[in-house]
Amino acid sequence: MFAAAAVALLVAAALVLVRAALGPTVFDRVQAANTIGTLAVLILSVFGFLTGRPDFLDLALTYGLLNVVGTIAVLKFFQYGDLGDPGEAEEPR
Amino acid sequence: MLRAANSVVVLFAFWLLLSGYFTAFLVTAGFACAVAVVAFAWRMEVIDHEGHPMHLGLRPFAYVPWLLKEILKSGWQVTRIILDPKLPVSPTLVRFRPSQRTDVGLVTHANSITLTPGTISVEVGRDSFLVHGLTRESAAGVVASEMDRRVCRFEGQR
Amino acid sequence: MSLAIDLASWALLVAGGFFCIVGGIGLIRMPDFYTRMHAASVTDTLGAGFMLAGMMLQAGLTLVTVKLALIGVLLFFTSPTATHALARAAMTRGVQPLLADGEGAPSKR
Repeated sequence: MFAAAAVALLVAAALVLVRAALGPTVFDRVQAANTIGTLAVLILSVFGFLTGRPDFLDLALTYGLLNVVGTIAVLKFFQYGDLGDPGEAEEPR
Repeated sequence: MLRAANSVVVLFAFWLLLSGYFTAFLVTAGFACAVAVVAFAWRMEVIDHEGHPMHLGLRPFAYVPWLLKEILKSGWQVTRIILDPKLPVSPTLVRFRPSQRTDVGLVTHANSITLTPGTISVEVGRDSFLVHGLTRESAAGVVASEMDRRVCRFEGQR
Repeated sequence: MSLAIDLASWALLVAGGFFCIVGGIGLIRMPDFYTRMHAASVTDTLGAGFMLAGMMLQAGLTLVTVKLALIGVLLFFTSPTATHALARAAMTRGVQPLLADGEGAPSKR
C-alpha cells in the first residue's frame, strides 16, 4: 500500500521534472523545484513507513523547512542579483 | 514578559513532541534551549504582537476547518479543469480592497487566498490586493468574499 | 475495526497520490506560468493533505502522528508564502500573464 503511494509520488515527480526541463522562464523552473521539494517531503515520510523507520519523518521535517528557505533564496537572487553581470561584487540592498 | 513566558512554554512543548525521549538530561537541555532561543529573540526585539500573536487566543482554530472545506471544494474544481480535455481556463486578474486592518489579518487573508487552489495573491498591500484567478468565476469569488468576513471576525473585528 | 482504519487510510493515500499526479499533469498542460502555479497548489494542498492524513491513520495516536501533523502545518504555512513570493517576483520581472479578456497587466503598484 505504501509502495503504491511511493510510486504515485515518483510518477508525479517525473511529470514535474518534465516541466522543469521544458520551462520557458526561470520562474517555471523554480516553481517546479518547489513542487519537487513538496513531493520529496511526502516521499520521505512514505519511505519511513515503507521501511518501518519513523526517523525518516525528522528528515522530512527538515527538508520541508529547507525547501521554502531555498526557494526564497533563489528568488531573491533572481530578483536582486544579476546572472549576466559579473562585475557586481556585493548584493545590492 | 507574559508573551516571552508563553513562548518558552510553546517552544519547550515543541521540543518534547519532536524528541520523544524523556531522560533528565534531554529534558533539561530542551528547557535550556527554549529559554536561550527566547532570550535571543528578546534581544532581537522580535517577540511582539506580530511574532507571537497570542492575543488572538483560540479564534484561529475556529477558522481552520472552514478554510479546509474551501480548499477541498476549490481543489476539486481545479482538478476537473486540469483533467478536462478542452482545458477551460480563463485567467483573470482582479484588484480589490481587503477590509482587514491588522497585519496578522492581512497576511492570513492573503495566505488563505493563495492556499485555496484557483486563486493566487500576486501583490499584497494595506489597501489593495491583486489576485490572479484561474477562471473568471474564481477571480470574481475573492472580492468581498465570505473569506474576507471570516478573517475579519478572526482578527477581532465585529 | 483495524480493517476499517486500513481501508480508510488506503483510500486517503490513493486520493493523495491521485491529486499529486493531477498537479503534475496540470503543471505540464497549463498554457502559461501563472496558470501553472494553480496546478502546483493542488499538489501542495490536496495531495500533501490527503497523503499525510492517510499516514496519520496508520500511525494511530503516537508521536509519529504529531510529527506528520507538524509537517502538514509547515507545508500549509510555507507553500503559500513561497507561491506568493514567486508570483510577485515574476510580476516585477515583467512576466506578462495570459489573460482571457485580452487586456494587459494592470498598472504596477
